[in-house]
Amino acid sequence: MNAPEAAPAVVDPASALSRLAREADWIGLRLVEETSQHRAARNGRPERNQVHGSRGAMVEAVVDGNLAYAATSDLSETGLHEAASRAARLARAGARHTVAVFSPGLRPAVFGTATGPCERRFDAISLSELTANLIAACARLRVSDRIVETSAEIILTEHSSRYLTSSGADIEQRFHLVSQNFMATAQDGSETQRRSLNGPVARCLQGGLETIDFELIYRECEQAGREALELLDSEDCPDDTRDLLLAPDQMLLQIHESVGHPLELDRILGDERNYAGWSFVKPEDFGRLRYGSPLMNIRFDPTLPGEFASYRFDDGGNHADRQYLIRDGLLLRGLGSLESQARLGLPGVANFRSAGWNRAPIDRMANLNLEPGDSTLDEMIASVERGIYMSANRSWSIDDYRRKFQFGCEYARLIEDGQLTRVVRNPNYRGVSIPFWHSLKMIGNRESFGIFGTPFCGKGEPNQMIRVGHASPHCLFSGVEVFGGGR
Amino acid sequence: MSFARDAHRLLERLSDDAFAALRPGEAASLSLSGEDQTYLRFNAGKVRQATGVRQLRLELDFRAQDRSAKFTTDLSGRADRDICDLRALLARARSEAASLPPDPFASPMENHGQSEEWHEAALPDPAAVIDQIALATSGTDFAGLFAAGPQVRAVRNSTGQRHWFGTSGFFLDYSLFTVNSADENKAVKGLLGGTDWSAADIAVAIEADRQRLDQLRIPSRTLPPGEYRAYLAPAAVAHIVDLLSWGAVSYGAWKKGGSALRRWIEGEAPLSDKFSLRENFALGLCPRFNSLGEAAPEQLSIVERGALKNLLIGGRSAREYGVASNGAESGLWSEEQLRSPEIQPGDLPERDVLKRLDSGLYIGNVHYLNWSDLQNARLTGMTRYACFLVEQGEIVAPIHDLRFDDSLYRIFGTELEALSDAARLFHSTDTYELRSLGGSKVPGILLSRFRLTL
Repeated sequence: MNAPEAAPAVVDPASALSRLAREADWIGLRLVEETSQHRAARNGRPERNQVHGSRGAMVEAVVDGNLAYAATSDLSETGLHEAASRAARLARAGARHTVAVFSPGLRPAVFGTATGPCERRFDAISLSELTANLIAACARLRVSDRIVETSAEIILTEHSSRYLTSSGADIEQRFHLVSQNFMATAQDGSETQRRSLNGPVARCLQGGLETIDFELIYRECEQAGREALELLDSEDCPDDTRDLLLAPDQMLLQIHESVGHPLELDRILGDERNYAGWSFVKPEDFGRLRYGSPLMNIRFDPTLPGEFASYRFDDGGNHADRQYLIRDGLLLRGLGSLESQARLGLPGVANFRSAGWNRAPIDRMANLNLEPGDSTLDEMIASVERGIYMSANRSWSIDDYRRKFQFGCEYARLIEDGQLTRVVRNPNYRGVSIPFWHSLKMIGNRESFGIFGTPFCGKGEPNQMIRVGHASPHCLFSGVEVFGGGR
Repeated sequence: MSFARDAHRLLERLSDDAFAALRPGEAASLSLSGEDQTYLRFNAGKVRQATGVRQLRLELDFRAQDRSAKFTTDLSGRADRDICDLRALLARARSEAASLPPDPFASPMENHGQSEEWHEAALPDPAAVIDQIALATSGTDFAGLFAAGPQVRAVRNSTGQRHWFGTSGFFLDYSLFTVNSADENKAVKGLLGGTDWSAADIAVAIEADRQRLDQLRIPSRTLPPGEYRAYLAPAAVAHIVDLLSWGAVSYGAWKKGGSALRRWIEGEAPLSDKFSLRENFALGLCPRFNSLGEAAPEQLSIVERGALKNLLIGGRSAREYGVASNGAESGLWSEEQLRSPEIQPGDLPERDVLKRLDSGLYIGNVHYLNWSDLQNARLTGMTRYACFLVEQGEIVAPIHDLRFDDSLYRIFGTELEALSDAARLFHSTDTYELRSLGGSKVPGILLSRFRLTL
């Protein structure tokens, strides 16, 4: 299953950059090529066989201290030259009205390469074999006639980029990425319930085919099918306030929405106000704000092998390192690129990222991970007199300052007197970010640590959909408002 | 509009070459989407990020012996190179299709006719736009996105079908912020769009917004959760209509258990006889043809006075469930989405909205909607921007943002008291991957009770 063959790239990036250099005071050139195979089966039949190929360049130009961008899929000398001229014209047009003056120091003159993990290349499996596996997974999901729909989906992506600047950067990176989505829908009369493996497309990792273990997937599909039936036959989640134990596949969303986005420095700067919103975090909060309980340790970690948004350099050429954002509950650092750090005068991280060749980079969380504690899952459950366990996200909503959230999960079980008991359906919970994180009272150890991600983090104007990774253990929160479905 | 004319010529050449290379028993369709846009992002009245994007994306849909494979690629715009790439994709498609099982629900390639639609407009110089926006918004805290340029959508197939839609225009989607005496940020939102950019229009709009900002400088009132009488302004209603595209009126989603309005579709729960919804392509916001080349009716009633008239049906659902397609299109997130929805206005004069509301909430906009209980059509989201407490027909104070969680069966059903007599047009401002087409036209709605939860 090789990527589709096409004519080789016509551009030599280094010589292209040298030809563009005269167009502006400073030039950057980012070439991106990506092939994404989307393979899916539904109810045991092929549903989707689609290969997305993408190839293009973004030219950055600085004129009179103002940086602007132009993207083109025409990689010929003429095409790149036209893009550079356009970027220069836009830079000149905005120079009198720029938010921030550009300094070449914002693009470090670094040289390097990075390649993500990939033990088994995607071409080690034939399309017919992969399709047969997906069809077999559908069969495993269908554990009963009451399973009315099954779907199995795998996305295999090869991504490469090259970034060069007239100030000396030359960076090449290449990654293999795998996303999985397996889901069963159960129906009985007027009731419908869905169960998937960790929530829709939460299983996102870097790597090759070694990240896909179909024998394990088959077993998990059978379990998901059974759990969909359990949900069908269960009562609604109660409406009250109780302790909440969240699985790592829901912590992914909790971290993403109530920690990741509020800490993005471009949100704090107001860049995002017109679209996704601002942040409750203020510049003066760094080093002072008690974000959560002392158990809360969150790191920006672009180095965890296999996590979905690992990389060595961001799209501005900044070297990516692990950094504590929140340590022992104290807010230390934001998620901001060199550009935002300069505008705000605060420390950040290497997270200047773009969704593709046709979008300019902005501040983006990448891998954002909650560090394990020392509790076992059994200990956490045993500590709860009256609580609920929830897993696998299915609904997400939070306000534009990232305070008042409401999230829903696929699956839940009550915790009564230290024991997991009945399954309940339509579980939701809501809260306010800072009080919620202060209610974190136990945190799972490394054995309960799960690594997930999503390809669908939306942000920016023009809009960008980008990959993020989130890893977390199980976490126990006290006194959370929970509720179920109903009219 | 040379970008669109060039794209048209390129598609002709690519199609002719690809279709000539097909073997007996094979069929293919080529869909083109593209844009030559200038995107200007603003913060604090200044340019945050200016980007020009020129892109053409081609999708090849290949069929052979009931097998189906699809490929997308970015075109360079240079015919020789793109023909070379497309030939490689065709060979690859042939190989992939041969290794796949039959796809029984793939719609056969058919000739759904020919159409060609051009909406050309002169576009403003970005430098002039930047100066004009800076001048008009001087002294305000302005953030937003300006997008302008030609967009194309087209589909041709090997049976002779060819449809083309080329348009050009702009939108300016913006927010104007202020800080009230309690040091709270407050904002109003505006949206301008169309074919002819006018500096005078933005100046007038910003001036009107400055007046509205005055109402937001009063410290906000904190309200407890509960049920409130409420008026949702058209911008808020447009967000709710957006959510309907997440499967609510899709035939395929209904059959698969993914429609939020299943109980209404199956006659178990009513919607208000005041509520009528249709797809109205006469609004001219997007092409009627879908990626199969099927043309939707110019107007397709979905809800008429609360009663089900049609669900959206695309070719794949039609084939799977044995029904007739009405030319619906699927999107990135779910199948059979609304592209040009219109809610019929009612009889509540806009000027009387506060008087008729009497005491309750004026909700200017909402944010980040999602289903909280799909089976019961319950949705959640946040109030945003200009939202006010109203008492005895007068605005008393802005409110602190509140989370709502309520059902479509109440919003468009039991609690729907009136719709405003004027519907507003909202051009789509989505720009994921490329600028979207489409939009909606909706009135405001007066609700007897609206559930606020946090």
